[in-house]
Amino acid sequence: MSIEKLDAIVQEAIAKLAATQVAAELENVKAKWLGKTGEISLLMKTLGNVSAEERPKLGALINAAKQKVEDALNERREAIKAKELEAQLDKEALDVTLPGRGMGVGGLHPVTRTMARIEALFHSIGFEVADGPEIETDFYNFTALNIPENHPARAMHDTFYVDDNHVLRTHTSPVQVHYMQNHEPPLKIIAPGRVYRVDSDATHSPMFHQVEGLWVDENVSFANLKGVVQDFLQRFFERDDLRVRFRPSFFPFTEPSAEMDMSWKGGWLEIGGCGMVHPNVLKHVNIDSEKYIGFAFGLGIERLAMLRYGVNDLRLFFENDLRFLRQFN
Amino acid sequence: MKFSENWLRTYVNPALDSEALGHTLTMAGLEVEAMDAVAPPFTQIIIGEVKTLAKHPDADRLNVCQVDIGGTNPLQIVCGAPNVHAGAKVACALVGAALPKMSIKQAKVRGVESFGMLCSEQELGLAETASGLLLLPSDAPVGKSIRDYLALDDQLFTLKLTPNRSDCLSITGIAREVAAVTGAALSVPSIVEMSVTHSESLPVEVTAPEACPRYCGRIIKEVNAQAVTPAWMAQRLERSGVRCVSVVVDITNYVLLELGQPLHAFDLAKLNGGITVRLATDNEQIKLLNDQMVTLASDMLVIADQQRAVALAGIMGGAETAVDNNTRDIFLESAFFSVDAIAGRARRLGLSTDASHRFERGVDYAATKTCLERATQLILDICGGAAGPITETVSTLPSRMQIRLRLARVRKVLGVDLVRSDIQALFARMQLLVEMQGDEFLVTPPSYRFDLAIEEDLIEEIARLYGYDNIPAILPNAHLGMLPCTDTIRPLAQLRERLVVRDYQEIITYSFVEPEWEMDFAGNTNPVPLKNPIASQLSVMRSTLVGGLVASLRYNLSRKQERVRFFEVGRVFHAGQDGIEQPTYLGGLSYGATLPEQWGVAHRNVDFFDAKGDLEALLWPAKAEFERVAHPALHPGQSARVLLDGKVIGWIGALHPKWTQQYDLPQAPILFELHVNALCFCELTKFTEISKYQQVRRDIAVIVGENIASSDMLSALKEAAPEQVVELAIFDLYNGKGIDYGKKSVAFKILLQDTQKTMTDLEVDEVVTRLTQVLSDRFGAKLR
Repeated sequence: MSIEKLDAIVQEAIAKLAATQVAAELENVKAKWLGKTGEISLLMKTLGNVSAEERPKLGALINAAKQKVEDALNERREAIKAKELEAQLDKEALDVTLPGRGMGVGGLHPVTRTMARIEALFHSIGFEVADGPEIETDFYNFTALNIPENHPARAMHDTFYVDDNHVLRTHTSPVQVHYMQNHEPPLKIIAPGRVYRVDSDATHSPMFHQVEGLWVDENVSFANLKGVVQDFLQRFFERDDLRVRFRPSFFPFTEPSAEMDMSWKGGWLEIGGCGMVHPNVLKHVNIDSEKYIGFAFGLGIERLAMLRYGVNDLRLFFENDLRFLRQFN
Repeated sequence: MKFSENWLRTYVNPALDSEALGHTLTMAGLEVEAMDAVAPPFTQIIIGEVKTLAKHPDADRLNVCQVDIGGTNPLQIVCGAPNVHAGAKVACALVGAALPKMSIKQAKVRGVESFGMLCSEQELGLAETASGLLLLPSDAPVGKSIRDYLALDDQLFTLKLTPNRSDCLSITGIAREVAAVTGAALSVPSIVEMSVTHSESLPVEVTAPEACPRYCGRIIKEVNAQAVTPAWMAQRLERSGVRCVSVVVDITNYVLLELGQPLHAFDLAKLNGGITVRLATDNEQIKLLNDQMVTLASDMLVIADQQRAVALAGIMGGAETAVDNNTRDIFLESAFFSVDAIAGRARRLGLSTDASHRFERGVDYAATKTCLERATQLILDICGGAAGPITETVSTLPSRMQIRLRLARVRKVLGVDLVRSDIQALFARMQLLVEMQGDEFLVTPPSYRFDLAIEEDLIEEIARLYGYDNIPAILPNAHLGMLPCTDTIRPLAQLRERLVVRDYQEIITYSFVEPEWEMDFAGNTNPVPLKNPIASQLSVMRSTLVGGLVASLRYNLSRKQERVRFFEVGRVFHAGQDGIEQPTYLGGLSYGATLPEQWGVAHRNVDFFDAKGDLEALLWPAKAEFERVAHPALHPGQSARVLLDGKVIGWIGALHPKWTQQYDLPQAPILFELHVNALCFCELTKFTEISKYQQVRRDIAVIVGENIASSDMLSALKEAAPEQVVELAIFDLYNGKGIDYGKKSVAFKILLQDTQKTMTDLEVDEVVTRLTQVLSDRFGAKLR
């Protein structure tokens, strides 16, 4: 057997391997050359006929040839595997720009979202959230807040009456009274919620939301009230240059009382009422007004939401049009 | 309160322009709601007199006028006004004049030269419309600027006064306040006592002295009731928004505006005998000046003569004794009625008058008589007549107690380190009577201030005069302590968020609803009603959130939304035995496709179980039980009540087909409603050991009667299961082909695990056999 013939066999095997495209064919090629009856195996068997001195040399040559074919086979096997994987990946490729499947996500009402912001800001300086009934007795809505019967301030409230002794609360201030009846000072609360007034037009809704704030402690002042309100509005609107103006006003349950204005687009915008808790209110809940002093404020939540998000019509908040609500998701 | 700036400035004239004066008033707590110029800006309009006029040669309706404007030669002006006539005093716009809507040039009108224009009120911007020229009184001085003559450079201020400041319901009161705030000098008209020129008087008896602590009256005889109200007075009245009526009424109105004291003039001839100030008898009637007949109650005060009530005290006079053109003698009343005697009465009668507005807030009880003198003075000046003696009936007047004000308290409340002299200076500007006792001020408030009674009232005054703007904004120092954070409370925000991630949108609907909704959706025949709803469809308080959810669904369906998932959290109202209960509910509605329309997902409408899944996710990790129940809003076969720990916490179901039809819904939404309180608590998590032994799963599929509730089978299995059974669930349900009619196939998954050892097949088989037996014994189930 000549070396030439061995080379020719190797060359043929390598050429065959190179032409092979699929894994199954590869096994045929392997069988034909490297299998038990394959050409190279058969050559090995002929070694017995070779002289003892040539045998090692020839054996080494055949082994080398076998190795060559095996290497080529492995290489080809890897190449085909890689190609097949590539083909599989190609086949499995998606239009990844198609939208994802499944459930959508809903959203909170802008009033809730605004309340949550307000609660978070006040919570950060230790205010807790309090709540109270929406149908109130005359006592809680008026009398306990130093608004006796026949007081002109009652006429200003455009009250919804349920019966002679019950009203829909016209403000969130009654929550102050409930809370102070059940808690000892010092106390710091905010009370967001629905309130009602007999009034309905483009800028008034018969139902809307207010947030009441109350801080009763041994040493809080009108200057602190200004500080807290200003801090809140600056944080709420995320504007350090926002200014707050207090104007003297009158609420029977606070004294001194003030209207709060904030700077807005070059002018002043009324944003709520506030003041130092009137001693008569503290008296109604048995808090010593000599020892404790308090301030309270009330803000309109829709108003804050409208300014914050640029909503131009109050009525949108209660129409519940999905196209409106989804804007806040 | 509306007034003319010019009038105010005759009493107090601070060095501030109109704008600054307005700002000062607002910042002092007298909020300026509106400021309107009496006239728009215009120039070069002067008073002219039409000397002669001739018909325009080429136009029938035009006149060619020669107008004297005080110069050497009259101006030729073509005028088309119907009321132009020789001798008329008119407003004449000169060439070059700028009017609100035009400017005047020399022009030819149909070929005739015209050197100006004669103006109507409309052209001057003084009125919306006009039918002819503005004709001035015959004594109007020719050549004078019309702005000066009519005092048109004036601003009308409208104040939005708070109810505590009744002292500012007059020009004098506002002037006093401006003087205090600005430090400008105050000079109000002096009031002189008029000499009494006859001795006739009416006897006055006050039987309700608490309601009327002071009553003054006098007879003025021989009054010319047809005299003309002087122009200056008419102008001030008009600029205060008060219509001129007749001279005597105008004078009483004027004094009301000037001094804040309501007055009333009776026609003496129409009174029968003396005056009694008394409480009305129940159902007593009186015809008021506005011709309204009102029925009185016994807590209303009247002025009566010997026969009948002739005025509703402090509110309005009676029609029968009113002054008219033929009145000769009058009885003029000036009284102090106490706040409590007047407050609320007018409103109960559906009235609101300038008088009641003042009396129910407080009128200066020390000025009753002075104001009567002031009115007398004006009447005698303008209408002539003779004044009789004043009859005055006085009982216990309000008193102004000294208020103790502590310097330290002022500093504490305001947070400003004011010193004694600061406060003294502020009080001096207010002309308050102050006595010092160390660092304490003893202040006696004036009779016109009904709002100063306690220390805080004075602190507010100090703050106001010091200027709220000058009080710094200071963040408080506070003790830092953490707020409680309870692990076993689920905040409402978390519940909301759960629904949001399951694609629910929150809505907020009115708490007052249509009575029909209550009937339809809650079977509520006794909802909490409103006495004064804004509309009949908003007349009762809701006891369920369903109405609002369904209405919002309808609103959005009509706007082409096809998939709607809503929830609302809010109070509902139940009229109970012990009053009104107001629990907070959480309601949900889902309608339309289970998923948003998308590729690769088959469309399917939501059903009971989709919504039930949402509800279970909301409650997780708490596990509720569901029991079929009838509910007025719901489909009887697709509704369940929800129980947590054996307590009903709400319900879920499909809207009843009759409501689906009645409310025009293409298909039925699934609704649920839960008590929020029941959802807000959870158990504190308690760790349990995780078993390290093998878990084994076995399934049992059985055939049972179709109407056997799956929950009954599950609870029976759970009851019978040994503790090694760690999970029991239904994983398949089938009742189609291969299953007998009236039957269904139910497949249960059983997970078993022992905490101490790996269970043997034998042990597992034993459990499965036992459980299969339970199903067969209790429900007649047959293994499939």
